[in-house]
Amino acid sequence: MSRPDDHSHGHDHGSELSDVQLRVRALETILTEKGYVDPAALDQIVETAETRIGPHIGARIVARAWADHDFKKRLLDDATAAANTPGEGDTLASAHLIALENTDKVHNLVVCTLCSCYPWSVLGLPPVWYKSAPFRSRAVIEPRSVLADFGVTLPPDTEIRIWDSTAETRFLVLPQRPSGTEGWSEDRLATLVTRDSMVGTGLAKRPDEVGA
Amino acid sequence: MTNSIHDMGGTHGFGPVVPEPNEPVFHEPWEGRVLALQRAMGVAGLWTIDGGRASLETLPPLTYLAASYYQRWFLGLERRLLAHGLVGEDEIAAGRSLRPGRRLNRKLTVEDAKAMRGGHFERPASAPAKFAVGDPVRTRNNHPKTHTRLPPYARGKLGTIEAIRGCHVYPDTAAIGEGDHPQWLYTVVFTGRELWGDDADPTTKVSIEAFEPYLSAP
Repeated sequence: MSRPDDHSHGHDHGSELSDVQLRVRALETILTEKGYVDPAALDQIVETAETRIGPHIGARIVARAWADHDFKKRLLDDATAAANTPGEGDTLASAHLIALENTDKVHNLVVCTLCSCYPWSVLGLPPVWYKSAPFRSRAVIEPRSVLADFGVTLPPDTEIRIWDSTAETRFLVLPQRPSGTEGWSEDRLATLVTRDSMVGTGLAKRPDEVGA
Repeated sequence: MTNSIHDMGGTHGFGPVVPEPNEPVFHEPWEGRVLALQRAMGVAGLWTIDGGRASLETLPPLTYLAASYYQRWFLGLERRLLAHGLVGEDEIAAGRSLRPGRRLNRKLTVEDAKAMRGGHFERPASAPAKFAVGDPVRTRNNHPKTHTRLPPYARGKLGTIEAIRGCHVYPDTAAIGEGDHPQWLYTVVFTGRELWGDDADPTTKVSIEAFEPYLSAP
């Protein structure tokens, strides 16, 4: 093993954070040699995270809710059941999912002030900013200023509703459907649905933003 | 752990949120390996998701702040593996296994890894829910030294029950190996002014997901 011999653990935060890349590799070696983990399963987790789960799943759910009134009703009523409907493609099992509808009156914004709780099953892994101190600290106290960091300005009388994900319930924002999309197919609607619009730090794209 | 560095809601001074355009899922390959190791070891069932969170929250505050997200995860995982005797300090130092592993109840398979399922935390209730939608409630002002999910900014505050989410595993006991002790879980909503005072934006409301022991009738 090619780890430097001068490495020590836990004596100060500088050394605790040094050589993490090498230490991760060493830990994987130890856990594999002990028979605790199967490297092929580890590879599969990385592949699942990088290719199978992601905001494309949530975008399809949102587009369907825009296009199909009954589905929207079911989604708002019980998102766990609606999102896991057989035939929903590669949507994965997601327990305790809750859909939050944005309207002219209310804009929903999701945060986890304590860590990084995020609806993996429909949005994939959270981006770095979602897990960062600036977002976690400010979303609950100055949401309009946080939205401004994303270039989003809402009407001054719109209620901003922040959802702090402090349990195993997970939130998916149903953004407002942009105007000028009447008669669009679900596939086409899905191109307007961004990850940020499903967290509440963005709005769905306008048709002219996708060259429609 | 409560009142710890991870409790960030309402703290000033961390600067702007900086979104990264076209952000990759992992910035370095080792980040993906940390995620994978974390999930793979999680299925052995030796600790709960809340126990995992607690191991991050009890990192020294300066380490917590200096570390990237996956660095924190790595440090937390290493601590848990050591605490549960799954690996030894000598093995971490040597970078290889020095003795046979313990027998685990379950090992993550490739099929498990394809699905990447989340856990299921709802449990049968042993008593009816104490509160109904629309009830006013006051959050408790407790400062336990062990893991809790009631953030300090929402302690001792007057809110309203907005929804009942079912009966769920109680993080405060599950984190410290004292079992599920299922509790009713509610969405409790507060006005910005209740949480942040008269200068708060009057158009904001904040909700938390609160377990019944966190609440009392006002």
